[in-house]
Amino acid sequence: MQLTGDRFTSVSASYGNDLSTFPDYPAEIRAPAGTVHGVSAFQVHISDHEITTPGDQPNVLVAMNPAALMADLGRLERGGTLIVNEDAFDERNLQKAGYATDPLGDGSLDTYRVIHVPMTSLTKEATASLGVKPRDAERSKNFFALGLVSWMYTRPIDPTLEWIETKFGTNELVAGANREAFLAGYNFGETTEAVGHRYEVRPAQLPGGEYTSVTGNTALAWGIVAAGQLAKLPVTLGSYPITPASDILHELSKHKQFGVRTVQAEDEIAAIGMALGAAFAGHLGVTATSGPGVALKSETTSLAVSVELPLLIVDIQRGGPSTGLPTKTEAADLNIAMYGRHSEAPLPIVAAYSPTHCFAAAIEAVRIAVKYRTPVILLSDGFLANGSEPWRLPDVDTLPDISVPFATAYNGTDSDGEDVFYPFQRDPETLARPWAIPGTRDLMHRIGGLEKADVTGNISYDSENHERMVKLRAAKVARIADDLPPIELVGDLDADVCVLGWGSTWAAIDAGVQRRRREGHKVAWVHLTHLSPLPNDLGDILRRFERVVVPELNMGQLCRIVRAEYLVDATAVTKMQGLPFTTAEIEAAIDTALDAVASNGGTPTTTTDNHGQGRP
Amino acid sequence: MSDTAVNVTSKKDWASDQEVRWCPGCGDYGILLAVQQLMPELGVAPENTVFISGIGCSSRFPYYMNTYGVHSIHGRAPAIATGVAIARPDLDVWVVTGDGDGLSIGGNHLIHALRRNVDLTILLFNNRIYGLTKGQYSPTSEIGKVTKSTPAGSIDPPFNPLSVALGAEASFVARTHDLDRKHMMETFRAAHDHRGAAFVEIFQNCNVFNDGQFTDIVRRQNRDEMLIELVHGEPIRFGADRQRGVSVGADGQLRIVDVAEVGEEAILVHDAERNDPSLAFALARLSNDDHSPTPFGIFRRVQRQEYASAIAAQLAQASERKGPGDLAALLRSNGTWNVVSTN
Repeated sequence: MQLTGDRFTSVSASYGNDLSTFPDYPAEIRAPAGTVHGVSAFQVHISDHEITTPGDQPNVLVAMNPAALMADLGRLERGGTLIVNEDAFDERNLQKAGYATDPLGDGSLDTYRVIHVPMTSLTKEATASLGVKPRDAERSKNFFALGLVSWMYTRPIDPTLEWIETKFGTNELVAGANREAFLAGYNFGETTEAVGHRYEVRPAQLPGGEYTSVTGNTALAWGIVAAGQLAKLPVTLGSYPITPASDILHELSKHKQFGVRTVQAEDEIAAIGMALGAAFAGHLGVTATSGPGVALKSETTSLAVSVELPLLIVDIQRGGPSTGLPTKTEAADLNIAMYGRHSEAPLPIVAAYSPTHCFAAAIEAVRIAVKYRTPVILLSDGFLANGSEPWRLPDVDTLPDISVPFATAYNGTDSDGEDVFYPFQRDPETLARPWAIPGTRDLMHRIGGLEKADVTGNISYDSENHERMVKLRAAKVARIADDLPPIELVGDLDADVCVLGWGSTWAAIDAGVQRRRREGHKVAWVHLTHLSPLPNDLGDILRRFERVVVPELNMGQLCRIVRAEYLVDATAVTKMQGLPFTTAEIEAAIDTALDAVASNGGTPTTTTDNHGQGRP
Repeated sequence: MSDTAVNVTSKKDWASDQEVRWCPGCGDYGILLAVQQLMPELGVAPENTVFISGIGCSSRFPYYMNTYGVHSIHGRAPAIATGVAIARPDLDVWVVTGDGDGLSIGGNHLIHALRRNVDLTILLFNNRIYGLTKGQYSPTSEIGKVTKSTPAGSIDPPFNPLSVALGAEASFVARTHDLDRKHMMETFRAAHDHRGAAFVEIFQNCNVFNDGQFTDIVRRQNRDEMLIELVHGEPIRFGADRQRGVSVGADGQLRIVDVAEVGEEAILVHDAERNDPSLAFALARLSNDDHSPTPFGIFRRVQRQEYASAIAAQLAQASERKGPGDLAALLRSNGTWNVVSTN
């Protein structure tokens, strides 16, 4: 189902629709067919105008069996179109899905427009002449569904037929079965009256340019490749397979012609160890993981803070704690990114907010890492990782040069008047220490986890030196705030309510804020890309609003930080269901805040201006 | 970057200005001296040499070498060194570890560095005790050892480091001891010259927490009878008059025999380059205590693909096939479409 969903997405993207997807699948690789927990779903939202979310409530739901109906009927809008594979609604499947009576016959679906299609048997018939065995033919029924939905939404068929040839061409029987099933589905729509009308979703009026469609993980991997080029550093990735981050390892493994070295390490600790070793040796060291891996890497992350080497740690967040919900999204690793190290070990945190923003976010994280010689945590999540959207390609020639020079010469004089290299002599502006890589004559030096004497870097147990070093390391990270652009506030400066967001909530907040403003309410919105250090102007901005609402896919982690940092009475809006926010949930949160302002004596004012935040 | 021509160096070029802070009488001093004395003979430059260690007494080692170095995290040195080696195959990368660091907390990284055959020279200082934490038993301590954490005697069966290394598919495995500088230097030289992961166990005396552990074998007056020196291509014989030797019994077991009794032709000829590791494994386990004749030298030295060069080869292959990386092309690799601006 994920494959056919991807296909529908690709054809819609190249047709020119704006789109947003939400793949939602179980943790099991071959989850028992027909069970509710084994349902693999793919939600796609296509549009003739700019959109950011996969949609709160789909207009059409295709249910391949009773379990899928049980699992996902709740998503479908009232009165929506429900296409069911009626062949799958036998007693055994109904029982497995937990239905006491057949929903196709008991009237429980009366509020929907239900289209019964015998997909399995029609697929078998369509492929029989190729000599496909009935059991094998059944595997092609998803392509029947794809064909039918392609007809409903007037998608061109040729790109999909070509894609089937490319994808399955090595096995003629499979390619043939998928092709025939796809065409049978398409023709079923064309020739029967069961489906009725077709929808035409015209291309969206997106800004002019060359577009592609990417998932967040692909964009992030490409961002790492780009960052290596822009920093003029070879990339070395150490990574251990973990959902939903493994695709970054897969993607980077494909691009060796960029000098990208990838190692599938023996464990998460080795993965970051290799990245740190590569950084010491003058590479861009990268490791990619999810929450449990971040926990395992904690000690090495602290070492990177202590030895002050650049390192990129990518955390594709998922539901937790522990193994939690590996395939479902959550954004509850802000606390571990911020505080999940022993002692005082601050580091910068960058958060991507959309699938395509993962590209720019990776470059920004690397820019900070190499400039300040510090590990940086880049936060993404399962929703961004697997979701896709059209991306107007940047002109690669306009991407910033983020390279920094290595140290090449002595930088001090010792008490005997001899020239020496001091590995912890800091740049007065950035407080970054020199990055002298092995192979550089005269600059041999030793670094390690033991406390270092300021400037010389020799082991030091001196108490005052330790406090100075703790403060220097913190000051270096805090100073990065001077290097960040001013906050871009979206919406109404004179609003009473400000929504503060970070990460993948961007899509739902964008849609929710736009809708509320279109309806005449004043709302402001700040979305953070930099979570550590926080932007210098954030406190002043938040204090301007009577209400600050912080929607987060966690228990209110950023909310607690801004309350502590700025003494702002921010309110958390939380969700921990393994799902992104819906637009309606954001609107409800805004309404609650508006109502609270109103009942406090304030009067929500209205406006007709409705410009939303543009695409990155 | 350094010039390709390497200046001639002397021992003092390899010693850092830091005061060495091991306990007086520690076996580590002898090992440090052997390494510092060997380095000028290897024809390598200090700036192209990297020492990486974990945590423990032995792991202070990099601070005393005037090279690039990282004193890292407990157990993680092989992983960090792997990162250095794959990033920079031009460097000479050494790992210094101990029995606790390398075989307990870092066991996983050690076996995988050996399995991958990363071009590292790994020196494992085995003193069968935790020194830095002041005297707990280690994964190489014998059963029954009474320490602070085992007042009733240890019940943990120990690892044999060489067995672990051989089991991890190590391509170079050797043993030496801290009282024989010449033997250490020869062994370290061979380990350094080996292309791939070279593993050297060093019997090292901890005179504070486990004094005399190896005395029965390594003390000068005991060596003739207790130390079996392995020389590639030579019959394995020892004893003052070389009257004893190692032979393979009918059951496949290695035994210590009198040469006169079994005849010279029955004595096993050492073949370190044998691909099958089973004889090396049997030799590594010839003695199960520190009070019986124990083999030293190079147990195994075979050639197989080195990891960093295999990575480099794949990169070169990709560049040859696809041309140099082109970022603009990468971003278009999923296919693109054009949107014509209407305004």
